[in-house]
Amino acid sequence: MERIVLPQIENFNQIEVYLANGGFESAKKTFAKTPDQIIDEVKKSGLRGRGGAAFSAGLKWSFMPKTTDKPKYLCVNGDESEPGSFKDRQIFEDNPFQLIEGAIITCYAIGAKVAYLYIRGEYHKWIKLMQKAVDETYARGFLGDKMKETFGIDFSCDLFIHKGAGAYICGEESSLMNSIEGLRGYPRVKPPFPAQRGLWGCPTTINNVETITNVPAIIKNGWEWFSKIGAPKHPGTILFGISGHVNKPGVYELPSGVLLTDLIFNVAGGVPNNKKIKCVIPGGSSMPPLRGDQLEGVRMDAESLKEAGSAIGTGGVMVMDEDTNLLKVLIRIAHFYHHESCGQCTPCREGTGWMEKTLRRIDEGSGTSADLDLLISVANNIEGNTICALGEAAAWPVKFMITRFRDEFEKYVNKNISIPVPNKVHSMRGTAVPLAEIQK
Amino acid sequence: MGFKFTEENIKRIETARRKYPTALAAVMDTVYIAQEQNGFVSNEVMEEIANVLGIDKVNVLSVVTFYTMYHTKPMGKYHVQVCTNVSCMLRGAYEIWDGVKDKLGLDHMKVSPDAKYSLEEVECMGACGYAPMIAVNEDYFENLNKEKVFEILDSLK
Repeated sequence: MERIVLPQIENFNQIEVYLANGGFESAKKTFAKTPDQIIDEVKKSGLRGRGGAAFSAGLKWSFMPKTTDKPKYLCVNGDESEPGSFKDRQIFEDNPFQLIEGAIITCYAIGAKVAYLYIRGEYHKWIKLMQKAVDETYARGFLGDKMKETFGIDFSCDLFIHKGAGAYICGEESSLMNSIEGLRGYPRVKPPFPAQRGLWGCPTTINNVETITNVPAIIKNGWEWFSKIGAPKHPGTILFGISGHVNKPGVYELPSGVLLTDLIFNVAGGVPNNKKIKCVIPGGSSMPPLRGDQLEGVRMDAESLKEAGSAIGTGGVMVMDEDTNLLKVLIRIAHFYHHESCGQCTPCREGTGWMEKTLRRIDEGSGTSADLDLLISVANNIEGNTICALGEAAAWPVKFMITRFRDEFEKYVNKNISIPVPNKVHSMRGTAVPLAEIQK
Repeated sequence: MGFKFTEENIKRIETARRKYPTALAAVMDTVYIAQEQNGFVSNEVMEEIANVLGIDKVNVLSVVTFYTMYHTKPMGKYHVQVCTNVSCMLRGAYEIWDGVKDKLGLDHMKVSPDAKYSLEEVECMGACGYAPMIAVNEDYFENLNKEKVFEILDSLK
């Protein structure tokens, strides 16, 4: 099976091995063409963003203005804080130079002189590994001013690593830019889009680490080759991170469009003790969960998952077996989004807290069926009413978990509503409720 | 006693400063360097960061209070971070969390009296496939169970 992002070559993270296996040849090939040709090539390859939105990478690049007197920037998003997603650290560890080469090619295509690689702060080890790789690349003359001599061209770019400091929200592209500028990680209102006004008000492109790592392979083998791998509308390979109740959790690179059941049972070794699956979240904790009895035939690419009622997200598959308490899972997810909401937009700041509190009330045993409807209503009022997508990320799991597993959630709540009223007759005076219906 | 950066750290700040077109952008790197030197980011430290970078103190404060990895109070020598997010939780993270809480006698964001340990319940650390995990200071420990966690804690001197 073809592997693009994590090739099975020993010591591929050493620059000598990388160079011996055609390293930086794609960059050379790139500089023989015009930036427009490169953008066109990536566009035709069908490469789609691996950060969650699955937007066409080439199309994104083409939004960058061709004529501007402002500097342009590239941001490579390695914030990776979505629960269930742990693929980028594998790239930092095993294939740092292909990522760097991809960043160089992208800089050339969009005309950027500086690229920032944003890595989450908790990844101390991987930041050190990446810094070492970047330093080596500089020393070999593939980055910085020396590029002009090495490649014999009139183009150079720099790559800097920006260390995050523990904020999930900084994975959102506009928040990431604020974080690089040294501000609080508050998302910005769009439009203007980053390609018009990004870092320091200059045109900026933001791509995921995995997306960028795919680029050198596309340039090397051509767009026709890439577009034939995996699902036609979402070609290439995807790094699937499987976690939870499976025998062999981990990161696996597979062609897109692979069967979800294949992934769980063949690649990840199935569920421990041969238990049944209750629930699968196919793309990181913010994506709508799928029921265990509806997994047959679901394929792992953007289109198929959309049809199945979920989304590909970051390819972080979380498997939960039949004994899982979904209420506890949902409380944990709701707590996460409550904790990580940046606090800018009222629906998200307040709503995430309400959802967590209501869920905890159910967990304490004083929830009712009406609380489940209340949760869905709160979720619906967050969705679409916030600046960034954290609102949706917080609302979807609650909304879809409860609607799709209503049968299970009904078990956690009391069927009958009992409102403690000290003096029932008095408090009900003047209402149309007959006395008999007031519970004892 | 005011806080002053060591000469070596001043050089590191200058290197960080060169990455960006504005001084403000270097604030996150500088806070990291300050935290490394001082252990935590006090008011005095923030003042010095603002002086060194030539930015307003409020800008430093706003960043320090937004990001969870900056500490405004002293933490223990060993900052123990237990992930309890979904993937870890499914593989028994709460058992570990309760065990660690009992063993250290601490709760979330509390420091032991001898300042040896501090404890934090952290959000997803990006180790979902190797769950459950804990981190001690900058190091990840993965594929754990309660016994292994206790072994790690016992090995901290």
